[in-house]
Amino acid sequence: MGLSNSIIRQNYIIPADDFSLAGEASSSVKKMLNQLGVPPKTVKRVSIAMYEAEINAVIHAGGGTADVAIDKEKVLITINDEGPGIPDVELAMKEGFSTAPDSVREMGFGAGMGLPNIKRYADKLDIKTEVGKGTRVQITVLL
Amino acid sequence: MNEYFHSVTLDEEKCKGCTNCIKRCPTEAIRVRKGKARIIAERCIDCGECIRVCPYRAKKAITDPLEIIKNYKYKVAIPAPTIYGQFRAARSTNHLLTAFKLLGFDHVYEVAKAAEIVSNATRELMKKNNFRKPLISSACPAVVRLIQVRFPSLIDNILKLESPMELAARIVKDELVKNENMRIEDIGVFFITPCAAKVTSIKAPYESEKSCVDGAISIKDIYLKLLNALGEVKEEAEEQLVKSGFEGIRWASSGGESLALGTDNFLAVDGIHNVISILEELENDKLKDVDFIETLACQGGCLGGALTVENLYVAKTRIKKFIDMAKKNSVEDNSANIYEYDLLWTRNVEHKPIMQLDDDFEVAMQKLETLRTISEDLPGLDCGACGAPNCKALAEDIVRGNANETDCVFKLREKVRALTIQMMEIESMMPPVLDKDDKNSDKTDKKDKY
Ligand SMILES: Nc1ncnc2c1ncn2[C@@H]1O[C@H](COP(=O)(O)OP(=O)(O)OP(=O)(O)O)[C@@H](O)[C@H]1O
Ligand code: SF4
Ligand SMILES: [Mg+2]
Repeated sequence: MGLSNSIIRQNYIIPADDFSLAGEASSSVKKMLNQLGVPPKTVKRVSIAMYEAEINAVIHAGGGTADVAIDKEKVLITINDEGPGIPDVELAMKEGFSTAPDSVREMGFGAGMGLPNIKRYADKLDIKTEVGKGTRVQITVLL
Repeated sequence: MNEYFHSVTLDEEKCKGCTNCIKRCPTEAIRVRKGKARIIAERCIDCGECIRVCPYRAKKAITDPLEIIKNYKYKVAIPAPTIYGQFRAARSTNHLLTAFKLLGFDHVYEVAKAAEIVSNATRELMKKNNFRKPLISSACPAVVRLIQVRFPSLIDNILKLESPMELAARIVKDELVKNENMRIEDIGVFFITPCAAKVTSIKAPYESEKSCVDGAISIKDIYLKLLNALGEVKEEAEEQLVKSGFEGIRWASSGGESLALGTDNFLAVDGIHNVISILEELENDKLKDVDFIETLACQGGCLGGALTVENLYVAKTRIKKFIDMAKKNSVEDNSANIYEYDLLWTRNVEHKPIMQLDDDFEVAMQKLETLRTISEDLPGLDCGACGAPNCKALAEDIVRGNANETDCVFKLREKVRALTIQMMEIESMMPPVLDKDDKNSDKTDKKDKY
């Protein structure tokens, strides 16, 4: 049909410190995947992985952007922020490791499970980060 | 009964084609076409939200009339626990249950009793610890159908045990066949329902081939008759019919099913839009630390059902009296427990992908792209004048071939305007032979001049 290399792209702004809006980008992606008829289990993996990355950008980095590209083979999500960066990625990836302040913990975040969950649900996870500059989290889920 | 049977239907005469129901429907299942609301059968979950919000009472529930009981030799009423909150005049549970006999029923069995057995089975299941956490209650069929169409990844979390209504019908029939030597086809069991969702569960069940219940009569329809009957039943004429304890009666309110589980680790949410928020959190893997989630489509739980009569908050106060009474004179009745019913569903609910734009992924991609372009082009006012609940939904309808861009009044106006300008331009043109000042001879110039 000559459509096989078509890509759907969508960009979102992740607002700083607004928990009520956090998760909107991943909900919108979830809706698109449902409209495409992607199996529920895959939709769930994408939306949880993206949700965690989105929330991280809100809590730890003062917001950022999310770029989503969907094609026949995969969903590629790139979350960029200009926050403090992650000094030790290996440590940050450990279950239970968190630097979230108490105020955030009270809202039910800060269990240190976000990054490990992303790793679990994504087919590929790539984190580029520089202290003082920012972080880029790239998640790939195969369709 | 067909798969798309729905109790919730439209009264064409009364419908004015306003936007109240299309806006409130949790699955965007209603459109206005030709001045009348249309329910999209595949999407409707029978939650009854439209019945509640329609100012013209044009949305109704199909239920069975009381006369239907005459089709059976032996007539049994199985009232929902909600019934206990409906009448100020009811002195006691026995008083209320006896009143049913004056309406023509031969026997009354409380769904609240069966609810206790379901609670027991749920507790047992949770003890085994091999279930998907958190378990989502299946007490409200509207929520189960909501999960089918909007939250398929949560299907595995649903508590797949028979509903108290089904179990009540099974127990009654078994008892009558066994103890009274009745023929099963002579027995008619009728659920006294607070809602449309339960009616659909009887006519088109998702958890089994066929329901054990023979009909559903709404609380609203028999309210007056019951009220009169309550006046006629003298205290000394009350029969000993009560079997349920307070735990069963409490199922009528939000939180009631959970409280019977003997764990504090539950969450009870009521009102369909609140339920959606919680299910969304669940889909994001939140709330994993909770063991049980009770989800009821109606605000306040079944006491707030669309086919009830008494105001929810009044009903809550009234039912308290019955709960307290049941706590005081708890009846020792284990008759039902001896049957050892297997309560597991005999079939599973399936995902109903109502959102999918096309079966073919690539065509769906193309449609999604078009949808996004159309969507960006629409004004985003979500006014509903096009008959869709919001601009995005109209864009979806257009892509599916069920609507046109000009259904949007603003788009239509733009088109009319462009057309008017075009017509004015054409109107000012003269055939060259008649054109005295030769204005049209140089057409390329024309636009710049005006
Ligand atoms: N975008 C980011 N910018 C800066 N630091 C981050 C970012 N994302 C994660 N981190 C650091 O990595 C740690 C671990 O992240 P992770 O998402 O696993 O846990 P959390 O966000 O603290 O808690 P949870 O995700 O369970 O709510 C964070 O506490 C934080 O120190
Ligand atoms: S909450 Fe109760 S009354 Fe309301 S739809 Fe669900 S089962 Fe029916
Ligand atoms: Mg996190």
